[in-house]
Amino acid sequence: MNSAVELKELQKRFGKTEIIRGVSLDVKSGERHAVIGPNGAGKSTLFNLVSGRFLPTSGSIHLHGENITGMRPFEINRRGLSRSFQVTNIFPRLSVWENIRCAVLWSKGYKYSFWRNIDKLEDVRARTQEILELINMANRAEIPAGVLSYAEQRALEIGITIAGGADIILLDEPTAGMSRSETEHAVALIRKVSEGRTLIIIEHDMGVVFDLADRISVLVYGQIIATDEPAKIKSNQKVQEAYLGAAGHD
Amino acid sequence: MSNNTMSARLKSYGIWIAAALLLLILPFIFSSGASHTTMCLAGIMIIFALSYNMLLGQTGMLSFGHAVYYGLAAFVTAHSMNWLAKNGVPIPLLLVPVVGGVAGLFFGILFGSVSTRRGGTAFAMISLGLAELVYSSSLILRSFFGGEEGISTDRTKLLRVFGYNFGPQIQVYYLIAAWTLLCVVLMYALTRTPFGRMCNAVRENPERVEFVGYNPQFVRFIAFSLAGLFAGIAGSLAAINIELAQASFVGAAQSGAVLLAAYIGGVAFFVGPILGAILVTLLSIKLSDFSEIWLLYFGILFITIILFAPYGLSGLLMMHAQFWRGPIGGRISRLLKLLGAYVVAAIPAIIMIAGAVLLIEMIHHVSQKAAEGPMMHFLRRPYLTVNTASAIPWIGALIALFAGFFAFRFTWPTVASVWHKALADAQRSGS
Repeated sequence: MNSAVELKELQKRFGKTEIIRGVSLDVKSGERHAVIGPNGAGKSTLFNLVSGRFLPTSGSIHLHGENITGMRPFEINRRGLSRSFQVTNIFPRLSVWENIRCAVLWSKGYKYSFWRNIDKLEDVRARTQEILELINMANRAEIPAGVLSYAEQRALEIGITIAGGADIILLDEPTAGMSRSETEHAVALIRKVSEGRTLIIIEHDMGVVFDLADRISVLVYGQIIATDEPAKIKSNQKVQEAYLGAAGHD
Repeated sequence: MSNNTMSARLKSYGIWIAAALLLLILPFIFSSGASHTTMCLAGIMIIFALSYNMLLGQTGMLSFGHAVYYGLAAFVTAHSMNWLAKNGVPIPLLLVPVVGGVAGLFFGILFGSVSTRRGGTAFAMISLGLAELVYSSSLILRSFFGGEEGISTDRTKLLRVFGYNFGPQIQVYYLIAAWTLLCVVLMYALTRTPFGRMCNAVRENPERVEFVGYNPQFVRFIAFSLAGLFAGIAGSLAAINIELAQASFVGAAQSGAVLLAAYIGGVAFFVGPILGAILVTLLSIKLSDFSEIWLLYFGILFITIILFAPYGLSGLLMMHAQFWRGPIGGRISRLLKLLGAYVVAAIPAIIMIAGAVLLIEMIHHVSQKAAEGPMMHFLRRPYLTVNTASAIPWIGALIALFAGFFAFRFTWPTVASVWHKALADAQRSGS
């Protein structure tokens, strides 16, 4: 199988603090890959590196074989990688409809066009409607995103992430802070939207991880100590020691 | 075409047709020469303020130097008109604002390529620096800026079309009105394009924009360049209007005026800067008829709006849209009830303001014009002569100020209760 995302000896330092300490990872095209690890292990930093928010100190990132190290987030996004954020990151005073539509526009090729009436772009309208129905928010379209409930904002966050049709999706703790039933909804949604795509997900809820993931990588103190199928991760001695040990201090 | 799309089209174009008709008949309603002059200035300010709001309201860019594009375009226009007239180039005055627009666009691209790399405070500071840079070069580059006299021009010397030479102010009015309408339509259309919506997204959350495929810096750059284009058209019309371009056109006061106009009108709605431009133009012309220190009152108005109506005049108007529901009779009666409550509150408010203004004017008279004697013409009206040496007007002013304030304060609960009743009524009939 081809690799969708490949990290080679990735390293990130903030001043003297080394957050990511030589991570190599190969995420196969079409797999659902979970990244787990104790708080402060560097999971979100890893996402920030892959999505272009931070520049790596050394090492390289490849997307479908292309070296994207040093590219800006929008350049990486245009190559088919889209991400969500751990802390909800939406357009608060725009309507739910506008939030999704902003995320659709580039993928439909409209770029910065200032000579077209946006309301007459049938393909954009249809795609926006499709995403709204997918995240179950078609009846909330006209509401400003900032007044939505927390769970709705998380769903909108996922909607914005997938709206551009990216084939690699990075979700950073999509179910954090959700109730049991909200989490079930979210997992069903994630399963649906990641169909036929590559998914990389950071998640603390082990139920979600083992339910969803084809493979799991365990990140501890800036290094991946194991990458394997869920059953094997569970029985991995090193993981049990390091991860459960560190998690015990939370 | 079906009836449905016809009526939808009429609805969307109707407002522009109505605006065009209004612009056509306005000079007959307000037929004095002074009002024609005022309307010309208002039209120019409308374009300028809307172009400014492409930055502030639409894209979230606070510029302290928007007059740079207005002013530089005015100079380019004056030079171009002189050149066209001298060489007898057959280009009519009607098309000269295109030159200003191109000049504004050029300088917008030039300076924007530097200043739009950053948003927020960094952008604001760079805009201030660029404005100072251009203003100080206006004192140095005398051949382009013409020193203190500026560059004068003669709009009647250009190619005549159908015998119009644009000498009379009324002809200039129609030239400005046509360009104002065109620019307003174009700027409104811009807000409804993919680019326009991404401007709003950049205003809301530039970081997230990067993760949906857009470069927020480039969005800001286009917005800035296009704002320069429309500011250039406004500056060009200003040069045509007074047949002069001078250094003050690029100055801080001009940049400040457009910020005030946009803010007073309200930056959150497209119509806001239009209302603000009209009000600011009227105030800056009329207030000086009543007081020497009119700029002070202007500043107080600005502060009042920032404090009590942060969404500006258009925000205040839009707050009333929620009463406009259900049967037409109910709508009108609700608004009439509210209007009644406002009048009740306005009476003590006016007394309070009159007391404050009298006090300010007397202090100003005593401190600045003691040499003219104690008699003061309040509001510059001889029939309102006040003796500042007597205690009576001072006591009267203080009483009006405080009694007015407490009476005004007393009316607030009444206004609030009328408001809530009307709102409940609107919600009942709307559902």
